Formats: sequence, structure tokens, C-alpha cells
Amino acid sequence: MPAVNLGLPSAGAAIALVDGSSVSSEQAELADLHHLEMEAIHNGTVASVHSWELVTAVDGPGTRLTLFLSGCLLRCQYCHNPDTWKMKDGLLTTLDDLVARVKRYKGVFDATGGGLTISGGEPLMQPAFVARLFEECHKLGVHTTLDTSGFLGKSASDKLLDNLDLVLLDVKSGIPETYKEVTGRDLAPTIAFGDRLSERNIPVWARFVLVPGLTDAVDNVDAVAEIVSRWPNVQRVEVLPFHQMGEDKWDRLNIPYPLHGAHPPDEALLVRVRAQFAARGLTVF
Amino acid sequence: MTTTEGVRSGTDDAGRPDFVSGPWQDSIDLRDFIQRNYTPYLGDSSFLAGATARTTGIWAKLSEMFPEERRKGVYDVDATTPSSITAHAPGYIDQANEVIVGLQTDAPLKRAIMPFGGWRMVATSLETYGYPVSPELEKIFTDYRKTHNTAVFDAYTPAVRRARSSHLITGLPDAYGRGRIIGDYRRVALYGVDALIAGKKNDRAELDMEPSTEDIIRAREENSEQIRALKELAQMAATYGSDISKPATTAREAVQWLYFAYLGAVKEQNGAAMSFGRNAAFLDAYIERDMAAGVLNEEGAQELIDDLVIKLRIVRFLRTPEYDEIFAGDPTWVTESLAGIGEDGRPLVTKTTFRFLQTLYNIGAAPEPNLTVLWSDALPEGFKRFCAQVSIDTSAIQFESDEIIRAEMGDDAAIACCVSPMRVGKQMQFFGARVNAVKALLYSINGGKDEVSGKQIAPATTPNAEEVLTYDTVFPAYLETLEWLAETYVTALNCIHYMHDKYAYERLEMALHDKDIIRTLACGIAGLSVVADSLSAIKYATVRPVRDETGLVVDYTIEGEFPQFGNDDDRVDTIAVDVMERFMTMIRKHPTYRGAIHTQSILTITSNVVYGKATGNTPDGRRAGESFAPGANPMNGRDTHGMLASALSVAKLPYSEAQDGISLTNTVIPSGLGHTKEEQITSLVGLIDAFTSATGYHINVNVLNRDTLEDAMAHPENYPQLTIRVSGYAVNFVRLTREQQMDVISRTFHSH
Repeated sequence: MPAVNLGLPSAGAAIALVDGSSVSSEQAELADLHHLEMEAIHNGTVASVHSWELVTAVDGPGTRLTLFLSGCLLRCQYCHNPDTWKMKDGLLTTLDDLVARVKRYKGVFDATGGGLTISGGEPLMQPAFVARLFEECHKLGVHTTLDTSGFLGKSASDKLLDNLDLVLLDVKSGIPETYKEVTGRDLAPTIAFGDRLSERNIPVWARFVLVPGLTDAVDNVDAVAEIVSRWPNVQRVEVLPFHQMGEDKWDRLNIPYPLHGAHPPDEALLVRVRAQFAARGLTVF
Repeated sequence: MTTTEGVRSGTDDAGRPDFVSGPWQDSIDLRDFIQRNYTPYLGDSSFLAGATARTTGIWAKLSEMFPEERRKGVYDVDATTPSSITAHAPGYIDQANEVIVGLQTDAPLKRAIMPFGGWRMVATSLETYGYPVSPELEKIFTDYRKTHNTAVFDAYTPAVRRARSSHLITGLPDAYGRGRIIGDYRRVALYGVDALIAGKKNDRAELDMEPSTEDIIRAREENSEQIRALKELAQMAATYGSDISKPATTAREAVQWLYFAYLGAVKEQNGAAMSFGRNAAFLDAYIERDMAAGVLNEEGAQELIDDLVIKLRIVRFLRTPEYDEIFAGDPTWVTESLAGIGEDGRPLVTKTTFRFLQTLYNIGAAPEPNLTVLWSDALPEGFKRFCAQVSIDTSAIQFESDEIIRAEMGDDAAIACCVSPMRVGKQMQFFGARVNAVKALLYSINGGKDEVSGKQIAPATTPNAEEVLTYDTVFPAYLETLEWLAETYVTALNCIHYMHDKYAYERLEMALHDKDIIRTLACGIAGLSVVADSLSAIKYATVRPVRDETGLVVDYTIEGEFPQFGNDDDRVDTIAVDVMERFMTMIRKHPTYRGAIHTQSILTITSNVVYGKATGNTPDGRRAGESFAPGANPMNGRDTHGMLASALSVAKLPYSEAQDGISLTNTVIPSGLGHTKEEQITSLVGLIDAFTSATGYHINVNVLNRDTLEDAMAHPENYPQLTIRVSGYAVNFVRLTREQQMDVISRTFHSH
């Protein structure tokens, strides 16, 4: 795919949300980009893309083209893709190129019951593009999935949601203070987005990353389970055991890694946490 | 039976319905018999039976012997009896309990010597394992009886010898049996030996009317040898108390006759791959008939297949350590091709197809027989899911595209060795191992000199003098070297197969073929992904050669990024396609022995390790000595866009230019296929469908965690049956050398 590394200096600006509000300026990166590129991203005719993969069984049903977009406002301590944080580090890629790649794998999607998953980073940093690509997918009869923290849920237009078949919704913690500690951000927007998905009855696979000593407190897990269980559209909960495979990337980027030396959850902890979800009648993996 | 087509005329004394009549009764026509008499099975695996105490008892006896075999390399050898169909007295594992009988020698796991391929291989093997070398036999096979090995070297040209000793062409069957010939062993069961001999005599009458040209004289001699072999086969079966002169009448006899025919072949030939054919639907016709008469139940049917498979698991050949480097883990390639779709659209899936797979549960995972599923997305869902389940549970089976094979060869073709398809009983191949396409690239940069030894191997050309390598200079020079290599390679193969026919002719296997057969000359390429990545680096990045004091290029520095094979990236995948297509075209320019049709494979067996060892630094950043990727695989760790993207790159290699097969081996961790077993099965079915629908030809799937393999290296005693697919075959992981184990562990483990 033709791509340009934008490599432009960082500056502050605000990201305008659909409803006219904005998110904090110091993280807004669109202004990092050249004016024309910025406009193209706003229009959704290009996207800043980190990478793509053909994946099976992890980002939705079947074999999927998972597109990792660049740019995220959260700074999760356990992030295993810190190289996707900055939109300016991505490769500028046109909608047409990505539609072509979706078409290329139509046979794969048909054979496996798969489709397109847009992940990141945070895909809702580039909502217009996501909306356009999902629309194109539906024209082609391709299943669509959005992998998001929900923090920028307000950016998702109704039109985007019209063409969305499944959401992988990360609920990173259930207690607002813990959520802030884990991600540096607020929990409320995620809940609001989940409520909106619930109202529209868009299927959700809820995800929770289990980090011993950070997210594993009984009341924190209970709080996540409580939030998730009030959404009837949640089809399954995936408890993802934290792993240390991301540390290399933090080191390479020279970012101090807060979870250095932390251990993955042991089997007993996983069993306990999964049971907490299961106790609310949720299907949990 | 009447000769009217398409009817069952009655039953035998036990109440077995007669087979449906047809042209198969008038001439040898196994396909016609199968099509008229098999019963497709469209259900799931729930009907299957577990192992009986008798089966597990026999397997337990052998299992007690395996640790010693593993420790010593061989369990035992008969060092003084050159093997033939009748050389050894009958042997048993547990005579009272075996339902299917017959061993290669007079005891299980005792290996025979087969000196007609070459005396050196026999003598070296015996010395390696501490057995005395008979001076008498040495004299016979040195002074009185010329061997294939001696004869080939009488005919080799200096260029072949140079290419061979510099590891540009390796693994040639010039010191061992070529194998890759599948006798149609079913013929013995369906017709009995007498009828087969009568058929050969008819062939002979035709040959006797032809003018006595060299070809006809050879054909007459071969025909006589074939008849002699069939008579010996009947004698051998008689020593086990079976009269195979007449057709098999029961299911047990059908399995037994079939196995005797195969056993005769492996008593006589130490072929690199002694494949079994496509037998499940054929046997199923007999089993269904016995079941209809009420003389066999599911447990009994499974027991027959389990016992057959036990026999196939203990086929052994005496081989040298050098041989093991190329074909690691003591493989025999008793490949059985399962399933596929018939030309009339009915699946060739029977209950016995399931029963073969079920052996992997009843007697545990094992590399042999090399169970190969001819996959089509049109196969019944229940069967597809069972295959996926077995693959996930055992990593012991492989998949090949039924659509591609059927289009080319019809619905009665089978795989020889790993990926080589052939029409059973109607086609054979002249196995040709493979050339080191990577070394050839380095030669073209160094003016034909070897990058390790500095010796002039290929004809001298102008060495590359560029400071930064350019594609426009490197690629034409590479093509020039490949032209010379193709000529040298075909020369070597013609010498080998001329002499193999003359000095180590496969009498019995060829007796179970038609008179007029198709022959292919199966060439091959190793290191295609390294070549593609190297050329891609030269094209898309900045590659500077590093020269030593003599001017020889011994290393490369690379600046910048370049697309790598295995990521569904056309920029580099087209380079791989281009190289293989061009090399095939070059091969086709050279006439072949016996008019064989030129083919090639993209397959390495496990020679990717030994080839890599002999090859210097390459322009893609691969270091000297580092293994190549196996088969058509992308280089380890470079396929970063998921397992399917990796497979889709390989699927672009056109089968039309590699009709001997294209091999891909992938490893995925279990969680990479889903949370639950059901999800994993669904995922794997979908992946294989997607791959074959994208014209993928062959895929090995390992479903394993790296930890398991590391633990098996540390504690091999805990993993006696851990099976892993390495190339077009499977091995007991613990029987690989440490080097081979490290190669397997360093491959890409896809997490999704």
C-alpha cells in the first residue's frame, strides 16, 4: 500500500467531537499533520494506519482483516502497542487502498465467517474514516467490528453505528479511580458508549485485561461485571490475562514501562475473576 | 458374478452381497470398482469405536521397544541377509493377537540391509550402529554385482560432481533408493496375484510383437522381473498362511492382501518415500459388505484398520546419519491419501476414512502413516470438522488441495512422499531432490565461485563489481547461473534414473502398475523465500556487498526496509513466482530419460537445515549457516501479518509450474484458533477452506505451544509420541537431532 510516514513535529490542538465538544488539547494530534492531510483525515478519505494483519479467533468471529489505526488518547499501563499511540507515527493510507484490501480478502471472510475489524490505537480518533470504511464493507457484504475503549464513543456518528455489526468494548476497570490509574482517563465515556450500543442493540464482546496488583481487586472486577451485565447486548466477556510481550516496544520507544517485572495472572486468579463475571450470568472466556 | 454392468447378482455363502459388476471385471480398473461399490458417508465421527484390548496390547509391546530404538538409533539389524520379498522368515509382534500379519524381517523393528542401491550406504550404516560388515557380502556387492550407486558415478559429468560436492545440488537419490513410486497395492486384494500375472503375460505378448529396440528390450526384461516379483509375493504370503493367488473375499482378507502387497515392496526397496496410496474407500467397500452380512461390527472394523496402521507405523529402513540430516526423524512416508471428491461430485469420504484418522486416538499420535487429507470445501461438514479436530489434537495430518489434484489427475490419484500427486498404478516419478537456489544466487554474484570455499563451481562469469547491488545487474546474472544449473541438474537426474532402472528396479511396485505409464522428472527448489527476500532487498533497499581480500563477496550490508515474502505483498511475492516459473522453463529445455515429463516441487523435506548450513551470508540479511525456511515457507519470523497472510503468499506460487507440489508448514498456538475446542475447529476448517479456495496447494498445521517443544527437548522421555509436522511429513519430535529441533522451535508460531 502506498504510505507516507508523516514524521511531523508535535503541537497542541483540540479534537472536535461530533456533538461539538472537544477533548483535551495536549493530546490532540491532528494539527500535527499537514493541513491537507488533516482535512483528508477529517473527511475520512485517508487514515493514519499502523499496520494490518489477518487474524483468526481473536478480534471477532472467523478470520479477520484487522486494521490497526494510529493514535490513542489513553495511556494504559499494560498497553502492548505503545507504538500506536501517536497518529503522526502512522502511515497515511487512502480509503481506496483499504477498500481494495477488504475486497481482496472477501473470499477469506466468506470461507471463515470473518470480516473487517478496526482496532488501534483508538480507531475513534479517526471516526469519519471508520464510518466510511464500514459503509464500504456493508456494500460488499463484509461483517464489521470495532475494537475500542469507548472513550471517544461520542465521536462515533449514528451512521457509523448503522454499519457496525460487533463492538469489542474494552472496559478496563469498573471503579473510576482505578480506571484513571490504569488509563490516565475517565471511565464515564466508556459507560455512556456502552449504553448507546445497548440502546441500539449492537452486539458487544466486552473485554477486561487482568493485571495482578492493578486491575484484579475483587471490587474492581465486580464493578466491571456490574457495568457489563446491565447491557443485554453483551454476548461474551473475554478476560485477557496480562502478558509482558509489549515491554520490548516500550523499551524501543524509550518510554519508562510502569509494569516492568509484573507477573501475568496465575490460574487461580483467572478462575476467580472469570467466576465473578459468570456469577452474573455472563458467558465468559 | 455376471458381466452385466451395475448389478449385484447375489450373495456369497456368508451372506455378503456381491460387488456391483462393471468394467473392473474385464480389465484392471480400480477406479471403476471403487466408484461402483463405495458408500459415501456424510455424517460425523460419533459412530467410531475405540481401541480393543487386543489392539492396545500389541501397541504396548512395541511401545516398550521404542525407547531402546530411540537410544541406539536402531533396535536391531539383520546384517547378513540382503533383503528381498522372500528373504526373511515370517515375523510377528504377538502372533496370537495380530489380526493383520507380516513384518519386513523375522522380528519387529529389526531392519534389513538392501544393498542394490549402494553398498557404501549399507556398510556405513552397519558401522555406525556397531554391526559387523560381512566381507563376503562386501565382495559380492563390490566385485561381482554392481550397485546403482557405483553405476551413477560412472555416468556423472564433472559439472554434476562439482555441483554435488559444493552442495548446490544435494540429496540426490544416487546412493539410496529413489522411492516415490506407489504400487497399486489394492490390485492384489481385488484381483489376486494369478490374475495380475495373467495380465502381465498379456502385456508381454504385445511387447513380443514390437521390434526389439532398446526401449522394448528393456520393457520385456522389466515385464519378466515384474512377473517374478508377483510370484515371490505369493510365496511370501504363503509363509504367513495366506493364499493370495485369488481375490480377497472378506474385509480382513482385503486388508491383509493389500498389506502383503505393500509389505513385499518395503521388503525389497529402501525407497526414500514408500507411500501407500489411496486405500480407504476401497477397503470400505469390503468392510461395508461384511457388515451388511452381519459378520463384522464397528469394533472389528476399527480393529482391522488399527492393526494395519500399527504395521505401517513400524516400517523401518537402515540409513546413514548423513541421510538423516536430509530426511530427519527416520521417516518412511507411508503416505495414505484420504477423502477428496469424486468426479461425479460424491465425496470419497467413507466410514473407513474416519477409521484411519481414528487410529491417532486409538493408538496415539504418530508420524506414520503420513495421513494426508485431500481437502475440498465441498467435503461433508462432519468430516471436515473431524479432520480439524484431529489436526488440533495431534498435529499429525496434512492437507492438500483436492480441487487442484483432481483437475490435473482425476479422482484416483494419491500423494507420494509429501506433496507429489500421481495417478495410482498409472504414473510414477523420477525423484530428483532439489537444488539450492540461494547458493546459485550467490554464485551469480561471485562469477560462479562458491562463497564458502572460493572454488570455481559454475562456469566462470564476470563477478559483480557494483558498490550497491542493482536488480538490473544481479537478476540477469542469476538467470544465467540458473540456466547452467538447470542443465546440470537434469543431466544428474537422467544419469540417476537410467541407472536406478538398470540396477535397482522396483519390480513389485512396477508390477502393480499398468504397462504404459506416465513418468515425471521431479526437480525441486530449496530456499525460494530466501531468494525472493534477497532480490527484494536488492530492489527495494540498499544492499552493499562486502568483499574479502580475494574479491569474493562474503557478506552484505542492508540499509532501509524491503518487502518480505509471507505477508501477501505482491511486490516480493511476484519475485518468488517469477523465479520459480523461470527455473521451470529452463528445466523444460532439457530432454529427459524415458521421456519423463518435467515437473518441480517447492519442498525441502528437512534439507532446509543442511542446505542453510552450507550456504554463506545472503543479501536478505540471513547469516551464513542459518537454516532456510522449509519448503515454500516464508523465512522464520518475517511473516508478520498473520498465518493466513503467510499462507496466501505461498498460494500465489502457481501449481502449473510446480506440479510436484508446493509445501507450506505453519504453526499456530491453540489459543490462536479460539477459546473453545468447537471454536478452534470452526476456525481451522475456515482457514483451510480459505487457503485452498485461494489456490493454496498444501498445508501442514501444527497446533502447539513453543513451551511444549522446549519441555520435550529437556525431557524427551515424557513425550514419546509427540508428533509435529516439519515439512511434507511428520516426525516424532524427540527423534529429531538437536539442530533440527532448534530449527522447528525457531519457526514462526502464529498467535492468531
